[in-house]
Amino acid sequence: MKKTILSLAAAAAVLSLGTMGAQAATKACYIYVGPIGDFGWSYQHHQGALEMQKNLGEENVELAYLESVPEGADAERAIERFARSGCNIIFTTSFGYMDPTNKVAGKFPDVKFEHATGYKREHPNVATYNSRFYEGRYVQGIIAAKMSKAGVAGYIASFPIPEVVMGINAFVLGAQSVNPDFKVKVVWANTWFDPGKEADAAKALIDQGVDIITQHTDSTAPMQVATERGIKAFGQASDMIKFGPETQLTSIVDDWGPYYIERVKAVIDGTWKQHDVWGGMKEGHVVMAPYTNMPDDVKKLAEETEAKIKSGEFNPFTGPINRQDGSEWLKDGEVAEDGVLLGMNFYVQGVDDQLPK
Amino acid sequence: MFESILITIATAATPLLIASIGELVVERSGVLNLGVEGMMVMGAVTGFGVTLATGSPWLGIFAAIAVGALFSLLFGFLTLTLVTNQVATGLALTLLGLGLSGMLGEGFVGQPGIKLGNLYIPYLSDLPVIGRLIFGQDPVFYLSVLLTVAVAWFLFRTRAGLTLRSVGDNHGSAHALGINVIGIRYLAVMFGGACAGLAGAYLSLVYTPQWIENMTAGRGWIALALVVFASWRPWRVLAGAYLFGAVSIGQLHAQALGIGVPSQLLSSLPYLATIVVLVLISRNRRLTMVNTPASLGRPFVPDR
Amino acid sequence: MRIELVKRPQHSALFSALSPFIALGLTLIAGAIMFSLLGKNPLEALYYYFVDPLTGLWDENNRWQLHELAVKAAPLILIAVGLSVCFLSNNWNIGAEGQFTIGAIVGSILPVMYPDLQSWIVLPLMLLMGMIGGAAYASVPAYLKARFNTNEILTSLMLVYVAQLFLDWLVRGPWRNPGGMNFPETRNFHEYAILPEVWSSSGRAHWGFVFALVAAVAAWFMLSRTLRGFEVKVLGQSPRAGRFAGFSASKMVFFAFIVSGALAGLAGISEVSGAIGQLRPTISPGYGFAAIIVAFLGRLNPLGIVAAGLILALSYLGGEAAQISIGVSDKVVRAFQGMILFFVLACDTLIHYRVRFVGAPAAKAAEVSQNV
Repeated sequence: MKKTILSLAAAAAVLSLGTMGAQAATKACYIYVGPIGDFGWSYQHHQGALEMQKNLGEENVELAYLESVPEGADAERAIERFARSGCNIIFTTSFGYMDPTNKVAGKFPDVKFEHATGYKREHPNVATYNSRFYEGRYVQGIIAAKMSKAGVAGYIASFPIPEVVMGINAFVLGAQSVNPDFKVKVVWANTWFDPGKEADAAKALIDQGVDIITQHTDSTAPMQVATERGIKAFGQASDMIKFGPETQLTSIVDDWGPYYIERVKAVIDGTWKQHDVWGGMKEGHVVMAPYTNMPDDVKKLAEETEAKIKSGEFNPFTGPINRQDGSEWLKDGEVAEDGVLLGMNFYVQGVDDQLPK
Repeated sequence: MFESILITIATAATPLLIASIGELVVERSGVLNLGVEGMMVMGAVTGFGVTLATGSPWLGIFAAIAVGALFSLLFGFLTLTLVTNQVATGLALTLLGLGLSGMLGEGFVGQPGIKLGNLYIPYLSDLPVIGRLIFGQDPVFYLSVLLTVAVAWFLFRTRAGLTLRSVGDNHGSAHALGINVIGIRYLAVMFGGACAGLAGAYLSLVYTPQWIENMTAGRGWIALALVVFASWRPWRVLAGAYLFGAVSIGQLHAQALGIGVPSQLLSSLPYLATIVVLVLISRNRRLTMVNTPASLGRPFVPDR
Repeated sequence: MRIELVKRPQHSALFSALSPFIALGLTLIAGAIMFSLLGKNPLEALYYYFVDPLTGLWDENNRWQLHELAVKAAPLILIAVGLSVCFLSNNWNIGAEGQFTIGAIVGSILPVMYPDLQSWIVLPLMLLMGMIGGAAYASVPAYLKARFNTNEILTSLMLVYVAQLFLDWLVRGPWRNPGGMNFPETRNFHEYAILPEVWSSSGRAHWGFVFALVAAVAAWFMLSRTLRGFEVKVLGQSPRAGRFAGFSASKMVFFAFIVSGALAGLAGISEVSGAIGQLRPTISPGYGFAAIIVAFLGRLNPLGIVAAGLILALSYLGGEAAQISIGVSDKVVRAFQGMILFFVLACDTLIHYRVRFVGAPAAKAAEVSQNV
């Protein structure tokens, strides 16, 4: 038995030497929190990685990834394994990887680390990046208020973290810019990913009278339920039009491709620097799927708003905005600071829900 | 609105009911198969894939039933023929099923599925309040109720059912009476696998017609819990599945109404409710003793 | 042809030692076939799976992987050792995952709620409180079983979900890090609340692994050398015989659950304070459930469990190495893990039984020879 293992080891050593020569110059590595088959968050990151490799050429960039890496003790091992296996740049694509990323980065100063959605950059080789999805949600809010007859939309939320709260607020602000009495009902699914539960949440919301569904969970189930019940809905993370050809109004598509191309290219060119990027529509990180299933005037309004946000002319979080309890948050014309948004834990006026404390 | 809430509950309860009824038969024969989640997810991927390839949800459902049964044979071979530990083997089966289904389903991600249509009977399905509930649901819903009736009848009204229960209660004396213990257990395990496969197909063809990895999301474990909850009685499985469905849908409605209770507390209600009901049931010691298959989980090797 | 098992009069020492190797051989063959079918080089795949994580034994540059092995195996072994006491006494505690979680929560009270209390006393208190928390949570199903005869498989399993939701609520609400941008996690533990590394020059394995080894040896001693161990086994095998011997079944329920709950709680607080450094919504990738497999792989023997825990941890690490190096997916890794477990379980059959392949006529002959 021992002999077998030894000969196995020898054979593999030869093999790995053999492949070594063919390796590309730069190795980009990705750690995903879910399976790449989730058709949501991790799927979109992986699509971005593939786009990056295609764009920069397989001969120049080698791609490696680990999927379904739990946030906890396992994350640190996975990141360290990548750092040791010759990765030049490592993308850790979930908030929970924040501390492990920084810890490993301290040990491997020559490797670049990019952490998505976090705020800690304890070493010069750690950068952070995120997308302003709320810009898309504001546009969705406008469409919802135009399309809804009931004046109530249903919002399937995952977990009460700033990212999600920010999205709900942006949606409500967008809707109220059209119809000041517009209401949003929120259901917390307490999961990112459970098609059955998301479908049940959509049904519950529809049974309570909403006629537009939007979601901040990953599966396409709510879209299918909306189709079945004959109402309209918004997609999430990817273009879900295939799941609701007559249902989807638009979808916020996470397009990480441009960012990944830019950053890996910087590593190749030797120009990579630490930064904290929060890209939105302007940078091409947030892309709206085609506006469908709506009258032309609504489409026009949506496109105009999108253009204004893109050009930087308009920011969804511009005062006057009050908090849910009526107290003033932003004065007229005042624009929210990024720091406040990133830690947002309060609703704006008009949300018909109590934020879980 | 009331009607459609009831239908939502029925949809949530149906896959749990089907998988639990299957597992109930398995456990009544004295075998504990903890691999329900794995068999279910295999059924889900098979049902979806075959439907996608053939365009017929019915073929998908039959394929899922067949694959569920075949997959459970693996468990049967290990635990019945090779008398491995049932708990560990069942857990390993779940691991295998989750991995294998992910491999098989890699190409199905992001493709919309074909939904199994609902029943429609002219006039009857249009009746107010109860029309759609009773006459307008998907065919598998009716199947699940029929299955409950059939299993209840089989277990307690037929000779074969008595034989199966005697195998589960005391495999030693059943063997002494000349009953083929292993053979009966194989059939029971396959029935359980077939039911789990059907329950999985229900998820990927009716509940949410799509394939995503791990889409069972723990429903196989709930199904297992329901069997014990029901103290191995088919009608109580039905009640349990619907109670569980009602509580989980109810908490979503409570949220949509804007009741300011932590959602985690609401989410844990189904589990706490299960414990409370279970305690109430099991206080009647004699009743539980009568229903628990005494040989459950015990290995059996015929000595000759 | 049929397969027939004949019980050995005594369990075979030969096959006790041999069966893991037969299982390994079968796994290698099946793995080679599977990886070839997937278009991967089977030798390379198997090397990364089984050898690469162990190269640290001789290669200093890879020593960190041995540490990672210990980090991964520690909670599995700690929990599984406790479960072996439960399972041997016929108490089916399926809820170790919940006890792990509550242990981690109770153990974290000091560093989270009283961060200013910085003294060497904090860590021992944390470990103690973790054990108490786990034991207390485990005594709920124990009480329900002893008092109302409620099935413990179900109650302990249900309590897992409740514990996880409770942790979720805590880290999103009252225990949220005040300086953490409202993200769902507690403050980072201060230095006095961190379980130290055993050998920090070469990797991050913490004292949790030492606890696991100590627990395994202690449990082994208790089970094989003390009256209490005898009681555990007698009540497990035959409650009636146990009653005649004057043992109390309901006391045993509490004993087994409290031991396994305390060890699961210790595993929980060790993981949080040794490997993570704060509480988060998810602190375990299912250790409580994986430990059930470990307990049985180790044949419910605490020393066997140490080996089994290391093997399962190896399959996680090797799976990762294989994913990175040859690009097999995470699903292949999981399916392969299931296969390994099947082979190991199946081969253990050989310890207690002789396997006979019987054709139809041969069966008669065998029967005749048996009767003679």
